[in-house]
Amino acid sequence: MPDKLITEEKRVFMTGNEVVAWAAMAAGAEIMYGYPITPQNEIMHYWTRLAPKYNRRFLQTEDELSAGFTTLGGVMAGRKAFTATAGPGNTLMQEPLSMAEAMRLPTVTIIQQRGGPSTATVIYSQQEVTMTTFGGNGEGLRIVYSTANHQELFDYTIKAFNVAWKYRFPTFILGDGYQAKMRESLTIYDPEQRGIEFVPAEPFVGKPGTPGVDREPGHYRNTYNVEEELYDVLQEFFADYEKMVPEVVEYHSFDTEDADVVVLSHGVVSRGAKEAVEILRKEGKKVGYFRPITLRPLPEKELKELATKAKKLLVVESAQGQFGKLIKNAIYGGTAEFLTLYKPGVGITTEEIISRVEEIL
Amino acid sequence: MSIQPPMPKCWRVETKPHKFCPGCGHGLVLKALGEAIDELGIQDRVVFGCDIGCSLLAWDFFNVDSIQTHHGRTTPVMTGVKRANPDLICVAYMGDGGGYAIGSQHLVNAAARNEKITVLLALNTVYAMTGGQMAPTTMPGQKAETSPYGRDPELTGYPTQGPEMVAAICREGAYVARGTTANLKQLKNYIKKALQNQMDGNGFSFVEALAACPTNWRTNAEKTWNFVEKEMPKYFKVGEKKVPGAEQREGQ
Repeated sequence: MPDKLITEEKRVFMTGNEVVAWAAMAAGAEIMYGYPITPQNEIMHYWTRLAPKYNRRFLQTEDELSAGFTTLGGVMAGRKAFTATAGPGNTLMQEPLSMAEAMRLPTVTIIQQRGGPSTATVIYSQQEVTMTTFGGNGEGLRIVYSTANHQELFDYTIKAFNVAWKYRFPTFILGDGYQAKMRESLTIYDPEQRGIEFVPAEPFVGKPGTPGVDREPGHYRNTYNVEEELYDVLQEFFADYEKMVPEVVEYHSFDTEDADVVVLSHGVVSRGAKEAVEILRKEGKKVGYFRPITLRPLPEKELKELATKAKKLLVVESAQGQFGKLIKNAIYGGTAEFLTLYKPGVGITTEEIISRVEEIL
Repeated sequence: MSIQPPMPKCWRVETKPHKFCPGCGHGLVLKALGEAIDELGIQDRVVFGCDIGCSLLAWDFFNVDSIQTHHGRTTPVMTGVKRANPDLICVAYMGDGGGYAIGSQHLVNAAARNEKITVLLALNTVYAMTGGQMAPTTMPGQKAETSPYGRDPELTGYPTQGPEMVAAICREGAYVARGTTANLKQLKNYIKKALQNQMDGNGFSFVEALAACPTNWRTNAEKTWNFVEKEMPKYFKVGEKKVPGAEQREGQ
């Protein structure tokens, strides 16, 4: 049985869901637990075609609750297990993922956002930001990468497995239906050939020896007897999270130094935003671009700086201010005027962004 | 000199006495499970999962690796563990609320898929940890906090017959039984068979155990035992419901 799906670097033309399946294979994911929901289905379709050829496994569960909880079981048994979902499935999956947060389980979950609330549309939105970054009961101790193109889907899916196992916080790739379904060029590669070292998986349960005789038993719980006990545990989690932040925060920005207006966006909308800023700059307009790649944790220091240097910030997103809310929190106390272009559930073109910037310049 | 009560070897002494209410059935079911683990010599391979609700109090009960999860979700967590490491012996432990209400879809589908795990369910006819509300298994006429005038089957249906339901779903290789804390030797025997069935890689195994909840039943010792021994078996018939190989024998 061949060990690797990708043995050499090459250009390919794939859909985003296919990219995710290939990236998970390349990252050494061992088992996928999943449940169908559009627009992420083809991740499972590709995975189930590839998995038996490379000694990987799959289970189609009865629902997203089960897909999430079986993923937790797989992780606790010491496997790089992952799952994928969207929309109402993401809603259900917040239950297992809040347990992953509580138990510090290195889960990897791919979210291909669709319209909301509820069933809404099956195609596209950026409306799963709040749920993915802060969903579930708890404090949102997660890592969320918002990808903008297929190359990033590949790169960050691989990265997600390493970051999850290194820091042990639930890790997400936040894509969307456009990225899931459209075909695009990208370079695929064997991560090891690029010098990416994999953080090994470790079992939480079933380690060698008899518990209580050769070793302490692993007793994992997410319940605490008294408030103070939970408080103490959470203080440790917060400290770990804060320590991790500078190591995982990622963003992309340009032309912000002298900008009167900085356009802020995330995910696929950034493609239009980037082009708009480039066009406006060529016209001599002082416009800058800022895009957090990690929505959780956010690059708060850089955002705060922007909000004191620039005159105006324009937040552009395919939701009614879910990303905007994150930004507002981060820049509290900043002096820049906060402006928006919100189009919940629909895509945003370069032209629309240009015309909005011209309006406010 | 104090004499220690006999405990299964795999029980974790440091966490005893346990935290269940006096007279609770969980201690007896877990004793039967502990003895079964001892007698099969599988302490090094067992992973024990429990729900929220009273069963969560067993999170550190044994010297075996344990995972406490959410209401009704113990079955998928153990499924996930087992599929990722088939060498482990996975035991999902829950109450009748976790198994027959909130987690019923997981129980049904794990049984239908013939997952090679063992589900052990303590049935006490009430939601106990949350304060004695009606459960899927509350008996007709039985008073509970949300059926204060007695359960009326016209309004709320009849008690769920768990093992009968599971036995109807399961195919060859499954083991299904209902035991009772009123007959611990038999209960242990059923649990042993259920674990052995998983060890043999046959398929899904499920044991329901009739258990007491004197706190929520508001019963004294005599009435508690009367309910467990006399009342419960009127609806919940004790015995083996499905045994691997029996299908072939029937067909011969």
